[in-house]
Amino acid sequence: MTDIILSVRYLDMHFPTSSGFFGKTKSTVRAVDNVSLDVRRGSTFGIVGESGSGKTTLGRCIMRILKPGRGSIHFTGSDGRDLDLTGADGAELRSVWRDIRMIFQDPQSSLNPRLPVVEIVGQSLRKAEKLGGRELSDRVAALLRQVGLRPEMMQRYPDAFSGGQRQRIGIARALATNPQLIVADEAVSALDVSIQAQTLNLMQDLQEQYALTYIFIAHDLAVVEHICDTVAVMYLGQIVELADKGELFNNPKHPYTRALLSAVPVPDPRARETRKRVRLPPREDAVVASACRFAPRCPHATDLCRTQAPPSRQVGGADVLCHYAGEV
Amino acid sequence: MTQPTPTPSSAPGTAPAGETPLVEIAGLKTHFFTEDGVVKAVDGVDLTIRPNRTLCILGESGCGKSIMARSILRIVDAPGRIVDGSIVYRAEDGRSVDLAKARPTSREVRQIRGKDIAMIFQEPMSSLGPIQKIGHQIVETILLHRRMSKAEAKRTAIEMLDRVGIPNPAQRFEAYPFELSGGMRQRAMIAMALSCQPRLLIADEPTTALDVTTQAQILDLIADLKDEFDMSVMLITHDLGVVAEVAEEVAVMYMGRVVEEGDVYSVFENPQHPYTRALLKSVPRIGVTTAARLPAIEGMVPHPLARPSGCPFRTRCESVIEGVCSKAQPALVPVGPTKVACFLHSDATTDD
Amino acid sequence: MTETRTASDAATDEFDDTVRILGPWALVWRKFRRHRLAMWSGVVVILIYLIAAFGEFLAPVQIHETSVRNTFQPPQRIYLFVDGEDGTRRFQIHARGVKMELDRVALRRTFVEDESKIVPLGFFVRGYEYKLLGLIPMNVHLFGPTNPRETVYLLGADRLGRDVLSRIILGTRVSMSIGLVGVAVSLVIGVLLGGLSGYYGGWIDGLIQRFIEFIRSVPTIPLWMGLAAAIPLDWPPLQTYFVVTVIVSMIGWTSLAREVRGKFLSLRNEDYIVAARLDGLSDGEVIRKHMVPAFMSHIIASLTLAVPLMILAETSLSFLGIGLQPPQVSWGTLLKEAQNIRSIIEAPWLLIAPGTMIVVAVLTLNFLGDGLRDAADPHAQ
Repeated sequence: MTDIILSVRYLDMHFPTSSGFFGKTKSTVRAVDNVSLDVRRGSTFGIVGESGSGKTTLGRCIMRILKPGRGSIHFTGSDGRDLDLTGADGAELRSVWRDIRMIFQDPQSSLNPRLPVVEIVGQSLRKAEKLGGRELSDRVAALLRQVGLRPEMMQRYPDAFSGGQRQRIGIARALATNPQLIVADEAVSALDVSIQAQTLNLMQDLQEQYALTYIFIAHDLAVVEHICDTVAVMYLGQIVELADKGELFNNPKHPYTRALLSAVPVPDPRARETRKRVRLPPREDAVVASACRFAPRCPHATDLCRTQAPPSRQVGGADVLCHYAGEV
Repeated sequence: MTQPTPTPSSAPGTAPAGETPLVEIAGLKTHFFTEDGVVKAVDGVDLTIRPNRTLCILGESGCGKSIMARSILRIVDAPGRIVDGSIVYRAEDGRSVDLAKARPTSREVRQIRGKDIAMIFQEPMSSLGPIQKIGHQIVETILLHRRMSKAEAKRTAIEMLDRVGIPNPAQRFEAYPFELSGGMRQRAMIAMALSCQPRLLIADEPTTALDVTTQAQILDLIADLKDEFDMSVMLITHDLGVVAEVAEEVAVMYMGRVVEEGDVYSVFENPQHPYTRALLKSVPRIGVTTAARLPAIEGMVPHPLARPSGCPFRTRCESVIEGVCSKAQPALVPVGPTKVACFLHSDATTDD
Repeated sequence: MTETRTASDAATDEFDDTVRILGPWALVWRKFRRHRLAMWSGVVVILIYLIAAFGEFLAPVQIHETSVRNTFQPPQRIYLFVDGEDGTRRFQIHARGVKMELDRVALRRTFVEDESKIVPLGFFVRGYEYKLLGLIPMNVHLFGPTNPRETVYLLGADRLGRDVLSRIILGTRVSMSIGLVGVAVSLVIGVLLGGLSGYYGGWIDGLIQRFIEFIRSVPTIPLWMGLAAAIPLDWPPLQTYFVVTVIVSMIGWTSLAREVRGKFLSLRNEDYIVAARLDGLSDGEVIRKHMVPAFMSHIIASLTLAVPLMILAETSLSFLGIGLQPPQVSWGTLLKEAQNIRSIIEAPWLLIAPGTMIVVAVLTLNFLGDGLRDAADPHAQ
């Protein structure tokens, strides 16, 4: 019986686009559409997709920064807490936000430039445990040491630090309340290549040390393959393929996954010669809601794909959203 | 669409006989004179850009690659200034112009900028004026550099839009930049840059802001156009995958200097400089990286105002030599098929 | 883990010790310093406020003292040297006594200097009594006639023989403080409504914005006149002063509210604001601790630019006769007394002196505000 820490079912997040004079909605963007997934405790769950895939919106729904329109997000804490996040509000949410924390993408805008680091990292502790003064700075010092920063720097402001260091501060902030689950929204995407490696190593070390579960949202497939155990590929708000890492990268079944994998540039010049790239036409803006969303660009699309929404089928250990999963 | 067939250069590091370099940069130094001190963004760069070749400048943020590109076109903003070195451009008619010495607003430079040497940037929205239709912007560029009537220029512009793969080019001629997606905007920018058929296209992180699938399309497009227009491409990026895909030659930069240079195969398969080696090892590769932890480069890039003495990489180098690396900066010298700036391979310093 | 820490320690060592890092307010100050005009204007503004604070100390003549003999007397020249009868020259700052002569042909008064009559002037002289800063009883004045019974009109006299210079000096207090009080009222209303509008959005935002647009579309002068007409005439001067302030601040708060709203809207989606909510902060705490400091410097700049508007508004109101009333002294009421052709032709100093003072105050406040606004965002180019 696998220990599931987070279980998402049939999650929808729709945004109204145009509104009339009195706010009447004319059309909607279905940023997250009927998403279901399970995250095993202690694992790293990757969510990959390009821009417009809805991965960031999904992350924000899980964190309840946004309130989803439909569906459930079931959180099972290791202390026995069992809660559907979609129904939580106010004080309940604030208490959940000690167990589920977030790391943001941009080291520039995720830290308040007018607050010293000790305030940024310790803010949640001030609220959650009513800490202050010496106690607070001791805890912050310990956290900074954990992420490889010197505790004496805690009185400094964010612009005294480099991008990689600022991201570490963000990680320290996320760790402050001893969380069980951390949602990392493009946590290494804005970092230089060499700093990315350091930060990924740090995150893995912390995961071991604190038995953390990560939901890792990213667009860089190589990073996802390195750090994640399970991967969900998103396209225009839906999960088109969900599988364990090995299965997904060695045997991609959805045409979009295949196209995506073939487009990733490989740091090996010899690969040019043997490379077979799946060419995708540019993305169309119109989305026909009832049919397969990938059909306009899919090299294997049929009339069935255009007229009927595909079901999610289990093929070889992967969940694939395609009429022809396993056959193509 | 064809992939360019890779051909290892005959005598790597040197031009085949009879081939004059398009742009030759020697000892370029561009410094920024800020209130807090002098930032040596580019501190002694030697580079050769050859005709019909794709040269990739590989480096992380702060290495000076963008400033170097802007120095070539003399579009470095104050408080930055070229303080030393030369950038010699050889025109088709055989004339040479030292772009570093000329005044940035002089007719010479303005004629070269946009016509012989064109540049595209990472953020298309910042180079495409937001309140002008894209077609008109391209026409403006054409009329500036070529002798044509307005009607001819419009035809040429629509042809270029078509050539870069924008569907319905005649309609999109009248579109504003915000009406296009990221990939389309980038294509429009490429169309504008190539409308005057430059001999050198400088692309500064052209695909960093794009999705992976769009990136692949744009890189293919640039490669095709390079062949068709017979031009050189200098592509600046931090993405090793991109370099491996498109480069014929690579120059690796760190803290304002070129630390390794050569053909892409030699540099990737047999890197000589400790930075290049460490960089290549620290990047995860699908299906290849099996280690649980990535071998990361220790430390961080030093603050530009706190440059270490001697070799700037010595604070993070796993092969640092005590007493040697802190004394002088290593010079970029040929070591086997590539050029390397490292005391592990040569005693030559920049003072020699 | 350990290897990363030592290496980054070494890197940060080189980073910290050699590079000076400034905090956010230090950066603002540094950018402000570069704006020379703003710096000097700031000095002048401080001087003007000092004049307002220490008014009576600086004013040589009691402002309400009328003198029939000196009506419309032109400004008196200051002389430095006295020629003695024995031909010697003595240093003595003085003015010359003035005789009034009647020109029977043009039926006009003219004032002629009498060389024989010396009115010695000096610094720190005794004069009329007053309370410095409203607390300390004093009778020393910075500059004036050494004989307390004599008077000198350095900027001339008005139609009741009152000293224009002294009245301008004391008018500074009223005009500049109305600016400040008005701005404080604007600040409270503007930040409150603008903040609500920007933070909550939705129908609250819509409602407040429509209200703002309604206020802005009402023509100001008739609005002011209407409100001023509603002030009972028998109210004590302090109360009318306060009500005039409130009326004047009605022009300021709408633009401030819009600015605050804009800032809130753009800040609302910043990652660090989201992070603050995820840290468990309530809405109020998020606004107080994160959003307000973010736009504080902009607000200060906006307020500084609003003060001259307030001053001009009070001046206009009083000039039109619907603001402060005599015997209250402000720049506006002083200008009102110059409101006829006879004054302008015969006694132009009644117009020029207060007018120049207003121009100087408004210009310097504007330059200061410009400098503050540019410095408010130190990271912007």
